[in-house]
Amino acid sequence: MKHLLSTRDLTPGDAIRILDTAEEMAAVNDREVRKLPALRGRTVVNLFFEDSTRTRISFEAAAKRLSADVINFAAKGSSVSKGESLKDTAQTLEAIGADAVVIRHSAAGAPHRLAMTDWINAAVVNAGDGTHEHPTQALLDAFTLRRHLSKVAGTPSTGADLAGAHVVIVGDILHSRVARSNVWLLTTLGARVTLVAPPTLLPFGVEQWPCAVSYDLDEALADAPDAVMMLRVQAERMNASYFPSTAEYSRLWGLGDERFARFSEPELKDTVILHPGPMVRGLEISSVAADSDRSQVLRQVANGVSVRMAVLYLLMSAKESTR
Amino acid sequence: MASAEADGEATRTAARAHAPSGRVVLSAADIDRALTRIAHEILEANKGPEDIVLLGIPRRGYPLAVRLARKLAAADPTVVAEQIVGQLDITMFRDDLSRQPTRSPSPTRLPSQGIDNKVVVLVDDVLYSGRTIRAALDALVDLGRPRIVRLAVLVDRGHRELPIRADHVGKNLPTSAAEKVRVRLTEIDGEGGDPEFTEDHVAIEAPRDEDSTEGEIQ
Repeated sequence: MKHLLSTRDLTPGDAIRILDTAEEMAAVNDREVRKLPALRGRTVVNLFFEDSTRTRISFEAAAKRLSADVINFAAKGSSVSKGESLKDTAQTLEAIGADAVVIRHSAAGAPHRLAMTDWINAAVVNAGDGTHEHPTQALLDAFTLRRHLSKVAGTPSTGADLAGAHVVIVGDILHSRVARSNVWLLTTLGARVTLVAPPTLLPFGVEQWPCAVSYDLDEALADAPDAVMMLRVQAERMNASYFPSTAEYSRLWGLGDERFARFSEPELKDTVILHPGPMVRGLEISSVAADSDRSQVLRQVANGVSVRMAVLYLLMSAKESTR
Repeated sequence: MASAEADGEATRTAARAHAPSGRVVLSAADIDRALTRIAHEILEANKGPEDIVLLGIPRRGYPLAVRLARKLAAADPTVVAEQIVGQLDITMFRDDLSRQPTRSPSPTRLPSQGIDNKVVVLVDDVLYSGRTIRAALDALVDLGRPRIVRLAVLVDRGHRELPIRADHVGKNLPTSAAEKVRVRLTEIDGEGGDPEFTEDHVAIEAPRDEDSTEGEIQ
């Protein structure tokens, strides 16, 4: 594995290896000295052409805990605003000596372009490209879910896949790279995925994805899923009206107080709530649900550092020729 | 386990018949006797079982540490084997990470009493260049501050590259650097491990091209 561009091309073995490595990284994050010397002397560049808080900070923390040097690059305030191309930016990073480039870009395929051309030799990690993929988010979701399931079952999580698990992903599937990465990864790991959204927020060709589609959240909850993943309504990507009003969206597809009350039913007693963040409280999720003990949101953030440490370690530690 | 009465030559011949390749230098009974002696040496050097923690280095150091802990418990009834043994992963602390294919880390598990102010005995199967032990010492520092750190190995094959020596050695094995020392233990190589495994042994293999380096450490 030289790059991490999408979850679609990960084999079950690759995915479990990343999750198992993340499990060991998580143990380091619980220690007094939260630092490993594995990537000492290596340089990680965070190349962010789009706004991000948790993903950038998470990658930065991950790289630093592995003793790598981190250079943060935000497109705002850089030469990109003067019209520099991706190629020139990338070659500048290569000249500086980047060993890995973590890239977030509004254009789908930008990380792929960086990885497949001869512009740079560094390992490329996709940190979200347009509405295409966000593989590390899906990996941390799978990691969080795997830990939860093994805790409920009382079995060790290391080495396990997600066979038999059922995940419902609710909301703006159309604009969500998180949903796409999760559909590929969770099904690769053996889980069953149901997408729930208004018909206008489902992408063209969704019937060919390896998942079920529903328009009714209550119906999906009646199926007693192991996890419900709420997605943010991405207002910044919406240049047309996809639903009549936010109040209607919230009532039909949001996890409001009334719907969250159903989580106390016996068949939903082990169901957890996932959210990739940032949350829009009151729209797709109510504060009661977001702050409840079912919500794994903060655990997802913590696990994100472990998963990203695992990814950086697995991509960067090998010698160049075997990477 | 081979019969303890079997004379050395017979045991060795029998073991050689099982081993697919290489010269068997320690049979299952030899390994067991060496571990029993090391266990008593550890107790003697420490003047009793107080504060002893055994940390095995994956993969084959850990089962050896578990076996040593049981022998300590057998020799001294105040010792509870499970409470003094742990596993110390050194993958992230290796100095050759960038020169090797990617290695997946193993878990690090410390006994619940921790390692602060303890007498930590690092346990590994083969002592060779000493680089694994250097990495283990670095890993240990990040976990706590032991009072004393000692080293117990099943086999010392020489060719040290760092100023490191073992306190307790099962067998000194003069080798050429081109040879490989292969350790096979039931816990790792039994069921589902090495298909040719029959019983515990240590063997020296003549140099071969592109051979597996498993069971050998740097």
